[in-house]
Amino acid sequence: MTLLQVEGLGISFGGLRAVNDVGFSASAGEIVSVIGPNGAGKTTLFNMISGVYLPDRGRVMLDGQDVTRFEPHLLARMGMTRTFQNLQIFQDMTVLENVIVGFHLAERGHLLADLLALPGTKRRSAEVREKAMALLTRVRLDKAAEQVAGNLSYGALKRLEIVRALAMSPRVLLLDEPAAGCNAVETEEIDAFIAELAATGIGILLVEHDMKMVMRISNHIVVLDHGEKIAEGKPDEVSRNPEVISAYLGTVDAEQDEQDEEDEKEATHAVG
Amino acid sequence: MTFNSKWVQLAVLLALIAILPVFFPSGYYFRVGALIFVNALSVVGLVILIGYAGQISLGHAGFAGIGAYACALGPEALGLHPALAMLLGALVSAIMAALIGKPILRLKGYYLAVATLGFGILVSMVLTNERSLTRGPDGMEVAELGLRDFLKGVGLKLSSGEFWYLVCGLVLIVGVWIALNLFNSSTGRAMRALHGSEVAARTVGIDVAQVKLQAFVISAVYASVAGSLLSLQNRFITPDVAGFMHSIEMVTMAVLGGVNSVLGATLGAAILTLLPQVLTVFAEYEQLIMGLVMILVMIFLPRGLLPSIAAKLRGRGE
Repeated sequence: MTLLQVEGLGISFGGLRAVNDVGFSASAGEIVSVIGPNGAGKTTLFNMISGVYLPDRGRVMLDGQDVTRFEPHLLARMGMTRTFQNLQIFQDMTVLENVIVGFHLAERGHLLADLLALPGTKRRSAEVREKAMALLTRVRLDKAAEQVAGNLSYGALKRLEIVRALAMSPRVLLLDEPAAGCNAVETEEIDAFIAELAATGIGILLVEHDMKMVMRISNHIVVLDHGEKIAEGKPDEVSRNPEVISAYLGTVDAEQDEQDEEDEKEATHAVG
Repeated sequence: MTFNSKWVQLAVLLALIAILPVFFPSGYYFRVGALIFVNALSVVGLVILIGYAGQISLGHAGFAGIGAYACALGPEALGLHPALAMLLGALVSAIMAALIGKPILRLKGYYLAVATLGFGILVSMVLTNERSLTRGPDGMEVAELGLRDFLKGVGLKLSSGEFWYLVCGLVLIVGVWIALNLFNSSTGRAMRALHGSEVAARTVGIDVAQVKLQAFVISAVYASVAGSLLSLQNRFITPDVAGFMHSIEMVTMAVLGGVNSVLGATLGAAILTLLPQVLTVFAEYEQLIMGLVMILVMIFLPRGLLPSIAAKLRGRGE
């Protein structure tokens, strides 16, 4: 069953078409990866789907409902959330508090109850605390629970960001380069974790540069170049697609040109 | 139990308020104490706005002005009991904060600072110029709260200074209790989260605009109640209470003591209220010394007095 459907999505920044007419769909339990060279518009696409940017054209459907131009917090209430390429952690809060904030929708009550610390708020926050600890244990961050998040290593923060998103029990999860900057062991861990999440029925949308990881875990791959979708399909189909190969590696001609240029430069240096 | 736990902080504050009068050489110090508590109350409100939610206001004296003049005008124009007038003032402040907060909280950083600054100046100009109502810059008298006479009636005789020390101290404790409740609540965490990263806060379902507005309204009520208490104890009020300098003073107290810490902000209020009293001996150098103290604190203890000192102590402990 299709959970997330993106149709003809596009946005321009000052006349420049950053993303143009991109469409694809994702089902529950499926891992859909968006790949493409730097600047292809992957993060921009993510930002439109998650409501951070307002698209100029196209539609985003979540579970059959049109959610185009919905604000991120409304999308969160409908079960869609995301992580960020450049970490967005609440640095001054503890690791545990970061995850507890992820439970905001489950925990929030009336403002007056919060101000007066009424018994109901205490019960709820104790429940949430326990669930948050369980999530932290899953990514081996339970020992760091009381530390200020800003003190954690990069790899740990990446994991923290994912479990914070999980706290709201999303149906659709957008992961923007979850393994960027992580070493091989950490990448493998995150890799296994994502597969585990998909197995629980979460639809996952992934932007990732680590091609080995993408090829291994994706059910479906969408390839962007210069803001346009140039290919889509199963991992092995996509990896054989000549257009994809040329977008990634450049054509033989292009490489030859670059080589010539470098030779020229060396020559001028020698003369100088 | 850590130093940061709610009850420890409240106990420290309560103990200070209860024990300090033992060392007061004269009744005058009760007045200074009450003034510290009033200032601390509005500064605790700013901790919620600035320290928790990360939003700035340079116009909160405007709300103090509304609270103060509610207590002056309520009894005179509407025949309200002063205590009721104080509640009315808080209500008016909350509504004003909600109305102006909605559009201006979309602004960030210094744009927000300038917008709130404008609001403060507006209130102070209205209070100064609506002579028929407020008697203008000369100020107006404020009715007696009446509670002290009632206490005398039941056999509890307090001087005016002692009475207001007690009342303001109690209100401050309630204010601190509420602020600490908020800190570890769902709403408080939402405020601190949007302070850290607005975009991330939104992706977990936090309605950032609403939470900012809540912080703004709550802090406005704190300032309003503080303004009311000030006018009731002085029995006289001038538009200065809503003035720009008062707004700046509040923010300075919060930042000096530690804008992320409720107790720190209280300390900041105490220091900046006391310094001018202590420095009357060096009247000519008062401003100079105050300025110097603030510059030194900001250079050497940039997170404010209390958090910086606490961090140093913790570092040594480990």
